[in-house]
Amino acid sequence: MKKELPYWDEMEQGFVTRTLTEMINKTGTWRTFKPVIDHSRCTKCRWCIIYCPEPCIHMEASNSDEKVIIDYDFCKGCGICAEECPVKVIDMVEE
Amino acid sequence: MPFKSIKSLEERPDFFSPGHGLCPGCGAAQIARIVTKVAGKDTIIVTPTGCLEVSTTTYPATSWKVPYLHVAFENAAAAASGIKVAYDALIRKKKISKDANLVVLGGDGGTADIGLQSLSGALERGERITYICYDNEAYMNTGIQRSGATPYGAWTTTSPAGQKTLKKDLMGMAMAHRVKYAATASIAYVRDAANKVEKAISLGGPSFIHWIQPCTVGWRYDPKLTVKISKLAVKTGLWPLYEYYEGVTKLTVEVPKRLPVSEYLKLQGRFRQIMNKPEELAKIQSYADGLAGKFGLGPVAQ
Repeated sequence: MKKELPYWDEMEQGFVTRTLTEMINKTGTWRTFKPVIDHSRCTKCRWCIIYCPEPCIHMEASNSDEKVIIDYDFCKGCGICAEECPVKVIDMVEE
Repeated sequence: MPFKSIKSLEERPDFFSPGHGLCPGCGAAQIARIVTKVAGKDTIIVTPTGCLEVSTTTYPATSWKVPYLHVAFENAAAAASGIKVAYDALIRKKKISKDANLVVLGGDGGTADIGLQSLSGALERGERITYICYDNEAYMNTGIQRSGATPYGAWTTTSPAGQKTLKKDLMGMAMAHRVKYAATASIAYVRDAANKVEKAISLGGPSFIHWIQPCTVGWRYDPKLTVKISKLAVKTGLWPLYEYYEGVTKLTVEVPKRLPVSEYLKLQGRFRQIMNKPEELAKIQSYADGLAGKFGLGPVAQ
């Protein structure tokens, strides 16, 4: 006798991944030039954070002070942050 | 709530994870970030095949912190409509209580060429989905082949002497379906774009957003210029930023003094073969003038 095929609700669930690319892909190795922020002149306007395609730039708050931090584990060195910085405080430095 | 400042947009959590395989300076990653930031946690992203799909969902990882579905090239809008209908049914049967936003992020190939029939069907049926087309003006994922959205004069591997036809008018097609909301966007005007995504999602749908996305590899420019080129596309009048709502087309970013199109073309290697041909440049300029006349942009600054 032929075995009956399962109904849709008897089928096993599909593959669901909970691994994020940030856990396994350190794309920082792609980089030739690295962006360096001059924190003394940074106005914290957040344009670099908005335009970062990774995203690997974020605001780090530490008791009443905030600072723009670049995560070099993921930065691919595209240079958009340095180009778009309104006060030009980000330099692209060769590694 | 519209975004009044960049800070209010930046403070929204990111649902797009770093470590994806998109090129340095890729505009599609910026678009995916802004869209997921605005759409929020209760969102399902559907993408047809394309750059965004292959490089953000390499086995066994994903870059999406929201539910994500990849379907074939031609049926992203149909799949999204199906999910929305399933959600409606589950809510009606009281099995779940929360609704979800359905957002499709399709490339120009998956929207203007291969996915056009399912998009047309979804828009015509009035499905409550938001379709966002990130337009990089060629099939970049498979190696820069021309698509229906490739502009006049652009080099691709299958139009080596430059594209001989004008770009397909996707917005015109969406508006011809009498959609609830349609808009064009550019990453250089990010607040305007975020407000449009917010409006498209909150109105339900069907809504359509056409978003220009410079491609560093296919357009042949330095990766750092992605935002600058997006801005020049608007400033030269080749990409007017407008929205269509309740049958009225309204310009959202005024361009009082347009720049000549050569300012935009000279930064991109894909237009190199026409840069010393004035008659080709005049043709592109007259196309921009036509758009400017249609949407009420200013004259070209001398």
